[in-house]
Amino acid sequence: MAITKTEVEHVANLARLTLTEEETEQFTDQLNRILQMAEKLNELDTTGIEPTSHVLPMANVMREDEVRPSLPLEKVLLNAPDQKDGLVRVPAVFEG
Amino acid sequence: MSKYETVVGLEVHVELHTKSKIFCGCSTTFGAAPNTQTCPICLGHPGVLPVLNREAVNFAMKAAMALNCEIATHSKFDRKNYFYPDCPKAYQISQFDQPIGENGWLEIEVDGVKKRIGITRLHLEEDAGKLTHDDDATLVDFNRVGMPLVEIVSEPDLRSPAEAKAYLEKLKSIIQYTGVSDVKLEEGSLRCDANISLRPYGQEKFGTRTELKNLNSFRNIERSLQYEEVRQAKALDAGETITQQTLRWNEETNEVKVMRSKEQAHDYRYFPEPDLVSLVISDEWKEEIRSSIPELPDSRKACYIKDWGLSGYDADQLTVTRNVADYFEQTVQAGADAKLAANWITGDLMGYLNSHNLEIHQSNVTPTLLAGMVDLLQKGTISSKIAKTVFKEMVETGKEATKIVEEKGLVQISDEGAIRSEVVKVIQANPQSIDDFKNGKDRALGFLVGQVMKATKGKANPQMVNEMIREELSKL
Repeated sequence: MAITKTEVEHVANLARLTLTEEETEQFTDQLNRILQMAEKLNELDTTGIEPTSHVLPMANVMREDEVRPSLPLEKVLLNAPDQKDGLVRVPAVFEG
Repeated sequence: MSKYETVVGLEVHVELHTKSKIFCGCSTTFGAAPNTQTCPICLGHPGVLPVLNREAVNFAMKAAMALNCEIATHSKFDRKNYFYPDCPKAYQISQFDQPIGENGWLEIEVDGVKKRIGITRLHLEEDAGKLTHDDDATLVDFNRVGMPLVEIVSEPDLRSPAEAKAYLEKLKSIIQYTGVSDVKLEEGSLRCDANISLRPYGQEKFGTRTELKNLNSFRNIERSLQYEEVRQAKALDAGETITQQTLRWNEETNEVKVMRSKEQAHDYRYFPEPDLVSLVISDEWKEEIRSSIPELPDSRKACYIKDWGLSGYDADQLTVTRNVADYFEQTVQAGADAKLAANWITGDLMGYLNSHNLEIHQSNVTPTLLAGMVDLLQKGTISSKIAKTVFKEMVETGKEATKIVEEKGLVQISDEGAIRSEVVKVIQANPQSIDDFKNGKDRALGFLVGQVMKATKGKANPQMVNEMIREELSKL
């Protein structure tokens, strides 16, 4: 199953990456080679084996429902590009 | 009658009422100053790790069980990837293919017809931030990021806007009973999106659907679906095809507006969340949660009708919230007649609570106090008219009914001699009414009863007054 240039452009767009024509060619080729390598795994018979979502042999790591201190507002806003009344101010996005 | 059948499915988000967020210890209190309930974890700083809040899982399981879902034995979290300012990590931790609950249902009743509505799935996820728009910029409050949320997806089993509203009301009621959320549409702890399509009657294949967003009240949900039902029918009649798109309901203009297609082009590229290990839910854990679920509204309603003789309407009103149902049951347990207690709760008490914006447990009238008053009423110590006075005093002072009756001298006069002397006086003073009565005007009797009640300040036993007037009149 080969990946096309269109698919690479689509994924790049989803990841907000701007690729040059050259880069698109290059990544299409590289991604195809990676996929070919992964294809090799299909040679194994995995009948009856549960899919692995984690490699760690543990489950149910949880915390109790306790409130802990939050960051002070001035620290929160240190990483904000801009702010207004404690709200993070970013370029406009419209929902409607 | 339209030639199209309406098909609706609802996607409901419910915020779980834990103390801290789902993956960090920030508080979940509603209404805090912007960005004061945030930390490196919910803000998505590099290198931080989420740790799952056990209570959020308990609550999700509880909600799923109350909605008759099968509970997963193996569950996990997945990343849903998207770029938007409400999501600082650029992915939301959600559940893709192993939700906490699946294959549930709830029962609705519309126009006396009961119907079971399927629930496809209930999964756990984190909430996103809240955006507001200001001039040429967007403002972000991250307090809501990481609040535990369950998404409840219904099957496309709803066939009208009225059924959709009934489903949502029942869902809200059930969740409210379980206590896992305060389910307030106005505070956003209950949110709803709707999918709607039309198909000619008899056609099995679903029509193309549209998705409605921004439905923040029961009224808006019903109205927007009614609007969209008509819009789609007109389009189909005109031979147009329906475009699959997301529409935003505008409550000011009562219209829908198409959301920009760019924001709909979702391709979330889900993959297992590597920072969280799997959940394995044992039978013991499930049992522990199951045993903590209180009796739910449907079963209580059935009991009120069957065992206590209430009407379906009264039983509905008494079971809308768990607090009211508990209050009613406690009143009956304190010895009150169920029907009388139901009348007083749905009538005078609810009226008082609504006008004072109170919840049922916040009034001065405890179930025991109400039972005391209902008891006096039932024994005939006070008339229902006097009871209104007693109730007013009780709701203001929290005094016992017997005490109020004693202090204010409100005991009903059931002494035959005392009533008869008032009856005779009134008859003598109203010869015109006697003539009217003899001429077959029953209204005259009512007038005379009223006069006696007035003379005794409402304290005479009305039934005795009625009988005695008839007796005295027949003697004349």
